Amino acid sequence: MTAPTPAVPAEEPVVIEVERPWREAWRMFRRNTAAVAGLVTLSLIVLVTVLGPFVYPVDPFAPTGPLLLPPGEQGFLLGTDQQGRDLVVGLLYGSQSTLMVGAAAAAITITIGILFGALAGFYRGWIEEVLMRITEFFQVLPPLLLAMVVVLLFSPSIYSISIAIGVVSWTSTARLVRAEFLRLRELDFVKAERAIGARNARIIWTIILPNAAPPLIVSAALSVGVAILFEAGLAFLQLSDPNVMSWGYLISVNRPQILEAWWPVTFPGLAIFITVLSVSLIGDGLNDAFNPKLRQR
Amino acid sequence: MTAPGSPAPASAAPAPDKLLEVRDLKVHFNLPRRKPFAPAPKVHAVDGVTFDTARGETLGLVGESGSGKTTTALAVMRLAPVTEGSIALNGEEIVPLTGEALRRQRRHMQIIFQDPYSSLNPRLRAGEIVRAPLDQLDVGDRDSRDDRVAELFRLVGLRPEQQALFPHQFSGGQRQRIGVARALATQPDLIVCDEPVSALDVAIQAQILNLLRRLQEEFGLTYLFISHDLGVVQYMCDDIAVMYLGQVVEHADRVSLFREPLHPYTNALLSAVPSADPVLRDRASRIRLVGDPPSPIDPPPGCRFASRCPFAEARCRAEEPALRSIGGHRVRCHLVTDDGVPPHRAGASA
Repeated sequence: MTAPTPAVPAEEPVVIEVERPWREAWRMFRRNTAAVAGLVTLSLIVLVTVLGPFVYPVDPFAPTGPLLLPPGEQGFLLGTDQQGRDLVVGLLYGSQSTLMVGAAAAAITITIGILFGALAGFYRGWIEEVLMRITEFFQVLPPLLLAMVVVLLFSPSIYSISIAIGVVSWTSTARLVRAEFLRLRELDFVKAERAIGARNARIIWTIILPNAAPPLIVSAALSVGVAILFEAGLAFLQLSDPNVMSWGYLISVNRPQILEAWWPVTFPGLAIFITVLSVSLIGDGLNDAFNPKLRQR
Repeated sequence: MTAPGSPAPASAAPAPDKLLEVRDLKVHFNLPRRKPFAPAPKVHAVDGVTFDTARGETLGLVGESGSGKTTTALAVMRLAPVTEGSIALNGEEIVPLTGEALRRQRRHMQIIFQDPYSSLNPRLRAGEIVRAPLDQLDVGDRDSRDDRVAELFRLVGLRPEQQALFPHQFSGGQRQRIGVARALATQPDLIVCDEPVSALDVAIQAQILNLLRRLQEEFGLTYLFISHDLGVVQYMCDDIAVMYLGQVVEHADRVSLFREPLHPYTNALLSAVPSADPVLRDRASRIRLVGDPPSPIDPPPGCRFASRCPFAEARCRAEEPALRSIGGHRVRCHLVTDDGVPPHRAGASA
């Protein structure tokens, strides 16, 4: 196979350097000011969460001052709660649980969602029927109730809470991944993979899944926000890890005194709001970055 | 190239070695049933297709949209489910193959797709795309694969340095060259070309067609060439099979098919080709077919073309014509006489 053939390209050689898809997505993301603000805010929150306990190594549950001290008095910047705990410390340590549960629950959501969606969308037939019926079963259950049952089955800990949130929120990811697989499996480059003898595992995980990544990344970012809210909601219902400080827990224990003292409920609430908002802004920014055509409405 | 074909009779003149033999191929797709327990309606996408392709030659499959030509091509590649029939490549029956056996067979047959945009994975570099068949089918050792990929790039008129680029950094014609290189990688005997140039600019079409012809000469490739463009088919193919609604209605070598089409459908198809050749131009004024082909879901009894055929008789609507051999053609029409007079000539010769 070494016959001399003209090596001269018959067409114009490539001169235009086109951006790689990921780099282009990053450029589009940077153009979205709100998304960048979200990214900066979330990075700050993560930084404070990681560094806080080193800078300020105390027990977040230990009372350190008078009860329900208003913000700014006696050196307590944000005041104290109904057990005399410094709210700065509470917020600082509470973010750990919030972010960890948010990330872990989103990871579980994405993992189960990909598994169900990919196998259903790729294999079709009875596998799809079975997997989608299971998905629909989970979809019709009230998520909060189901999560409470799962948390109560095990004792409340950040693990059981993460699992509970993941177990109740994977269905929409599964449907999204399935839809992407249904679309992509008909494309010629997937047929070409079969033609060159690729096995199913390669086609599913290394050919189709990476091409389904953009909507999946957006969905993952948004599910982090949902998981954080969910965690706060469970904590509000007293379903939180008793050994781990969390924002939802602070809101829950200080709720009865809300009319006398607004600050122990408001500050953790604001913290949740800002975190979820920044995660959502990042999600929206990713959505625009991967679907630049949709922006030009 | 060694050819472990079927044992040829020693006395007979050396018949052209058949690489691909397709017998009575059927591809039916089930549609969802309209009522519970009613039989599910079936799309008869390919309904009894038979043809041979000689080694080193090009068989063209032509027909309008929905005639089943692409489904036939995909079935030959075992990329569409075969309902019935047999496909033999190199004398080996490939329809019953599954799993590893089928994978091994894929080395000998490859495909070039119509759309150079959707046929290349946007997330892989051109070099990885061309290398994939070698890795997947375990052709050669690891070190030799790098050289082989570089050689393939040169063979199709790309520069080996372009391996590092992504598909979107190439033009349509260049992308199709990558597709050709991928199909060529495992040194297959058969390459199915599914409308390989119909998505390209006319100027680029000629380049790709010439590339395909050059590669065929160089490596003795056999092409199954799907197209709806009769000009392209005339340029590329040795033999041509005309398909209509899932069946081959006429099959002949290029010269005699274009000179004297027997089937009324072929005749109508050829008359639609704008031609600079005065012989062709004067031969027949343009025949306009009225209406659409019938639905492939429940094909009518009798000849599939009867509903649009200007010569159709009662018999055509009742009885399905068989594919008959008449003077080098194989034609599926009741009205062609045994000495090869087609219905559209019957009046003139009488």
